[in-house]
Amino acid sequence: MTINFFDNDLTSLHEKLVNKDITTVDLTQATIENIEKTDNELQAFLRTNSDEALLQAKKIDEQQNFSNILSGLPLALKDNLATNGIQTTGASHILEGFKPVYDATVVDKLSTVGAISVGKTNMDEFAMGGSTETSYYKKTANAWDHTKVPGGSSGGSAAAVAGGQVPFALGSDTGGSIRQPAAFNGIVGLKPTYGRVSRWGLFAMASSLDQVGPFTRTVKDNALVLNTIAGFDAKDSTSSNRDVPDFTSKLTGDVKGLKIAVPKEYFGEGIDPKVATTVKAAIAQLEAMGATVDEVSLPHTKYGVAAYYIIMSSEASSNLQRYDGVRYGFRADNVKNLEDLYIKTRSEGFGDEVKRRIMLGTFSLSAGAYDAFFKKAAKIRTLLIEDFNKVFANYDVIVGPTAPTVAYGLGEEIDDPTAMYLADVLTIPVNLAGLPGLSVNAGFVDGLPVGLQIIGKPFDEATVYQTGYAFEQASRLFEQRPNIAKKY
Amino acid sequence: MATGNFETTIGLEVHVEMQTNSKLMSPSPVHYGDKPNENTNVIDFGYPGVLPVANKGAIEFGMRAALALHATVSPFIRWDRKNYFYPDNPKAYQTTQSQTPLGTNGYLDVTLTDGTVKRVRIKEMHVEEDAGKNTHGADGYSYVDLNRQGTPLIEIVSEPDIASPEEAYAYLEQLRQAILFTGISEAKMQEGQMRADVNISIRPFGSSEYGTKVEMKNINSFNYVRNALIFEEKRQAEVLRSGGVIQQETRRYNEPTKSTILMRVKEGADDYRYFPEPDLAPITIDDAWIQKVADELPKSAGDRQRDYVSDLGIEAYDAEVLTQTLAMSDFYDATVTAGADAKRAANYLIGDVNAFMNKHQIELQDTQLTPVHLAGMIKLIEAGTISTKQAKQVFEAIMAGEEPESFAKKNGLVQISDPAILLGWITEVLDNNPQSIEDFKGGKDRATGYLIGQLMKMSKGQANPGVMNNMLLEELAKR
Repeated sequence: MTINFFDNDLTSLHEKLVNKDITTVDLTQATIENIEKTDNELQAFLRTNSDEALLQAKKIDEQQNFSNILSGLPLALKDNLATNGIQTTGASHILEGFKPVYDATVVDKLSTVGAISVGKTNMDEFAMGGSTETSYYKKTANAWDHTKVPGGSSGGSAAAVAGGQVPFALGSDTGGSIRQPAAFNGIVGLKPTYGRVSRWGLFAMASSLDQVGPFTRTVKDNALVLNTIAGFDAKDSTSSNRDVPDFTSKLTGDVKGLKIAVPKEYFGEGIDPKVATTVKAAIAQLEAMGATVDEVSLPHTKYGVAAYYIIMSSEASSNLQRYDGVRYGFRADNVKNLEDLYIKTRSEGFGDEVKRRIMLGTFSLSAGAYDAFFKKAAKIRTLLIEDFNKVFANYDVIVGPTAPTVAYGLGEEIDDPTAMYLADVLTIPVNLAGLPGLSVNAGFVDGLPVGLQIIGKPFDEATVYQTGYAFEQASRLFEQRPNIAKKY
Repeated sequence: MATGNFETTIGLEVHVEMQTNSKLMSPSPVHYGDKPNENTNVIDFGYPGVLPVANKGAIEFGMRAALALHATVSPFIRWDRKNYFYPDNPKAYQTTQSQTPLGTNGYLDVTLTDGTVKRVRIKEMHVEEDAGKNTHGADGYSYVDLNRQGTPLIEIVSEPDIASPEEAYAYLEQLRQAILFTGISEAKMQEGQMRADVNISIRPFGSSEYGTKVEMKNINSFNYVRNALIFEEKRQAEVLRSGGVIQQETRRYNEPTKSTILMRVKEGADDYRYFPEPDLAPITIDDAWIQKVADELPKSAGDRQRDYVSDLGIEAYDAEVLTQTLAMSDFYDATVTAGADAKRAANYLIGDVNAFMNKHQIELQDTQLTPVHLAGMIKLIEAGTISTKQAKQVFEAIMAGEEPESFAKKNGLVQISDPAILLGWITEVLDNNPQSIEDFKGGKDRATGYLIGQLMKMSKGQANPGVMNNMLLEELAKR
């Protein structure tokens, strides 16, 4: 049996299971076959776990419990989400062979409702990068043009969904790692409000910025996945104990009276004019549907990248110290003493980008540099939050491009870290302020998707989805398919 | 104290392990002496993706210590990471409070050997994680035990107010007692539950600047602290007198030679790259919370001593003995509450119970004695139900966990004070011993002794001697 995820959204798959048109085993088997057919060209997966997935599918079929819309549905997980008994590496050599003895809370929540993970997706090493090229293991292709990067760091999850391998996937977003690959692959990706989703079991890069979120082909699917993974977790004291609303509640297609702010800084220097034009057209569409649109200013945007790279690398330098070769993962051979064990293990186990960020963070926290770097970055973070607060006093959402460009060529920027870092300029402020940010397809430039970013007030994912849904339903862009869709 | 022409300045940083149920940042149990790595989980092991959750009980225990030392409890605390690599520190950072210590500006009034009281100011107190333990095996391998990793510590940092090794010793002893009476730790030195980092410098009298300080870390005996300081005081004075310079260095105390040994010279401060712990939300402490903890805080030893003397009429020395440990003092209070005569209860605890503990080398809480049983026995004595002689047997029984009243009954350890029964015995004995009556009337006191002996034999030792004696004299007068 073949099942084409371009023709079936989550609701449609759910109905097929409930109506017994297909079984969970059929669906799982079809997913595994989809991956087999296309992963040679996409390289989205680091590992698949067909045996475990089919076993789980069988159980679901026996129980016939489809009480959650995700029950029995297949998904892919970014390889920085801990899966009990299943290798999880963060795409790093230093965790090669590492099998956690615990599930990430999001993994646990999904498996509790009967969703079935079929594999772990490629990513930048420890989520450090914007092209999935810093992975120790492989390079992933863009679903629309295999010579282009899929974006990153959650490039594998984005490509897997955009390429029709799975109906949904989870990624993580520290500075844009869900939204930018969603934009590059023309799908929907959400970074939830900081604290909305538990971080337990997410291999930390920067604890104050990391969030787990869904990749889907449609906005409604995205809201449905968030409904299941959101909520307070006693194991994560930074998770919020606010009520979790039904995130589909505002998916009416109506944006009349919605107040949209468009920051002029998001169309400044470095933004590809064609990307700007495409995004402006999308905004015009929303305006035509009855939303009010005003230009606003987020004056501290230009300091965001600098502040982000200091805070992120500082936290990462501390979070990644635990990879020392003593208790788990890779350990270097032929070491003379303890210090030698640390140095050799970490020198051989980490890639260049990880080392670069560890050095930058270690420096930023050092006694002589702390005030001028870490402390100052924390102050800029406060200013950025104030920028957003001022705008949100008068507006419902902030809209702009997700990334300054469309997907670039594989190998093009990997050796230019500064250019790579600057490409995060539009997504980073959202993480620093802890806000929800969504990327939906805004159109195409030279055959490559452009992302429309919708930023909301804290914990107001529902309005963000409302905006994205209205545009998506009006534009019907999700009906456009990459060539790879013909393989199914 | 003066050493030649120098005066000494000492500051102490004392770490006390707090005996909470679980660790500071993980649900693993806090328990000493278990198999290596038995009390651990993935959080303690620093696995990828795990997160800490702060133990509220540990914060409250820290607040108890702060209140007991008259410190101001901070209304807002946040956690910081102290970064360093070592196998006993699996996350490679220690969670501590470098910027917002839980308590500040406290003090301890220390009674010195000459009876004067010296106030040692406490600069700050903060809650942090203990490290695990590395051991180096004879087989050439090093072993890591993470049972202790994450145990909550309270670190108590004094101002450099301590002027001699003797003062340091007195401070540590009395600090330990103050901590004991907060109920947060048994502060057992041999189990490393209380350890001191010591800073000492000397300077010429009248000098306005402190000398260069030398540090010694992790000393877990008050005697060793004193000895180390005595040695350092002399060593530093000799260096300065011979025209030398004290280096800022870390030294180690070596007990066999009672001397200190250079470990390393500090060139700059260690760079631990402290920064706010992003995995934990800051904590706000309001007055209601402080009050709740204050209400739960056991009374201090000093307050208890005052109350024992003024309210219960206990001798000052006895009151001091009763408040040497929190367990003893609590036991005493409970015994009095259970209805025991205060003086008798004090005498038993200080005398027989202490002797029992010494003989068996156990702590009070490890005996089978309960306050209710001790009070029960004392009430039997007070009521004249058993004699003090019989009480010796009852005491042995209650130390073995028996209920005193039923034990006394079961074993016939009951004193008979009923005049009707006693009169019957007296009449019988007098009727059988006319010679003794004659002797008594002739002024021979010995005669009553003989008669009492006969009466005791007849009553199998159960007659109440006081009552019986009076009745016998009355009956003799009638004959």
